[in-house]
Amino acid sequence: MIIAQQKPLKDIAALISDCKKVLLVGCAGCVTVCLAGGEKETEIMASSLRMMREVEGKPLQTVTYTATRQCDPEYIPPMDEMVKDVDAIISLACGVGVQYMAERYTDKWLIPALDTKFIGGSTVHGEWVEKCGLCGECILHKTGGICPIIRCSKSILNGPCGGSQYGKCEISKDVDCAWQLIYDKMKALGKLDKLMEIQPPKDWSKSRDGGPRKAVREDVMIG
Amino acid sequence: MTCTGNVDHRVLLNAFEEGADGVYVAGCMEGDCHFLKGNIRARKRVNAVKKILDEIGIGGERLEMYNLSSAQGGRFAEIANEMAAKITALGPSPLNKARSGNGCCGCSKEGEAK
Repeated sequence: MIIAQQKPLKDIAALISDCKKVLLVGCAGCVTVCLAGGEKETEIMASSLRMMREVEGKPLQTVTYTATRQCDPEYIPPMDEMVKDVDAIISLACGVGVQYMAERYTDKWLIPALDTKFIGGSTVHGEWVEKCGLCGECILHKTGGICPIIRCSKSILNGPCGGSQYGKCEISKDVDCAWQLIYDKMKALGKLDKLMEIQPPKDWSKSRDGGPRKAVREDVMIG
Repeated sequence: MTCTGNVDHRVLLNAFEEGADGVYVAGCMEGDCHFLKGNIRARKRVNAVKKILDEIGIGGERLEMYNLSSAQGGRFAEIANEMAAKITALGPSPLNKARSGNGCCGCSKEGEAK
């Protein structure tokens, strides 16, 4: 899932300092699961902003709504009536959701309440780690299900490098060496011979080369 | 609320938004939670809300959590007096000061104008 974290409240408050009424929009997708922008977080932020403004003697009116997903256009129109009289929209979605909101409500100022961090998953409740580098061509079958692109600090394809010591990466004693993990896993699988195959330079044209990427499924297109 | 394990950030914030000058959460003794860690987790949420209260200018010291058993009536009264004395010393919440003469706030949920 997409992992995001809230911006400091004072930063968001500063951005809406001249607004009298704002719409706060949560998202029931990834940011609900990573506890950054779901219904609960949206209501907490709305309450906090209202109280902050009231203490300042400049009351703020808020409207809150949580979309099923802000990254699907079909879930945006239900907010059409709500946005009419607000001075700004605060989106608690990832960067994708904020852009969908901005595209539909062209005359409204969109404020992102979150910083979109990475694609990852949880380790324990309350902690998330990066797991996928969105490189565009998955090679996990070659590496025992451990991604060297994002979990190796150097993203090398033929590891480990000389900075791997006692299973840890040279950047921090808290960071596992991805290639040590890969070696251990492939050994356990009895597939160490696969690691002897030299991997050619990665084709980065499938990643960020050429601008924004697009995925198309013509068989599911309507019309 | 029957169990501090169910304490939600929004419940605590709502109390302050409605005008409370102080709030204390009384949970069971640590180690005695019927649900194992409900009171420990409640304290984490209380601490998170204290940070929010500091950030929004109300003051985290207006919110506290205590642990005591339901058999400690005397301790409950002692805590109530302690908290009341603390809040009296702090004075009214900045929210109440700001509201004096202003009426109440206007919040809204799920598209309803408040």
